[in-house]
Amino acid sequence: MTEKTVTRAQLSEAVYHEVGLSRSESADLVEAVLDRIAHGLVRGEAVKISSFGSFSVRQKGRRIGRNPKTGQEVPILPRRVLVFRPSHLLKNHINNGGKAR
Amino acid sequence: MTKSELIAHLAVTNPHLYQRDIERIVTTVFAEIADALARGDRVELRGFGAFSVKRRPARVGRNPRSGEAVQVSEKRVPFFKTGKELRERLNSGNAQAGAARSAAPSAGG
Repeated sequence: MTEKTVTRAQLSEAVYHEVGLSRSESADLVEAVLDRIAHGLVRGEAVKISSFGSFSVRQKGRRIGRNPKTGQEVPILPRRVLVFRPSHLLKNHINNGGKAR
Repeated sequence: MTKSELIAHLAVTNPHLYQRDIERIVTTVFAEIADALARGDRVELRGFGAFSVKRRPARVGRNPRSGEAVQVSEKRVPFFKTGKELRERLNSGNAQAGAARSAAPSAGG
């Protein structure tokens, strides 16, 4: 169970091997994919990636929170949060597809 | 926005690439993330967010229809935590964002 962290570098490397682009262009394209998704989400759009999952933006109302250390009440302002819902395919892949077990 | 709309947009902003290649790029990015999670790895994309796998221990569940107790085995579920920069972008200029959101449904689908 050695847990590793995958970053943009590995994603770019995978794209580099998959498509006949240079390494730097592969990196740019990975960035463009993430940028475009973020751009849609910031506009309040949901982003659905079939067989992977969907990202959606949820509006949260104002509520009263509490500082757990001091017990003092603090208002939590209305804000938007991002929610990721994995597709069934992704969930199954994670539970059965892992070659480790 | 769907995956095909994402691909279509990237095709417009990268006219020197074949649409076929753009499809492969987008598919590869998500396949790599999915494979990493299947291995139990974490995927950290600074500014965007991080994908990780959480373990849900085995438990005794209940069939809601019959009330019967059933053993539910341990499972792993993917989890996404929004990155700091994206979280801030979602909440900067909240007023316009809210207005855009209420105007959006006609344009959405």
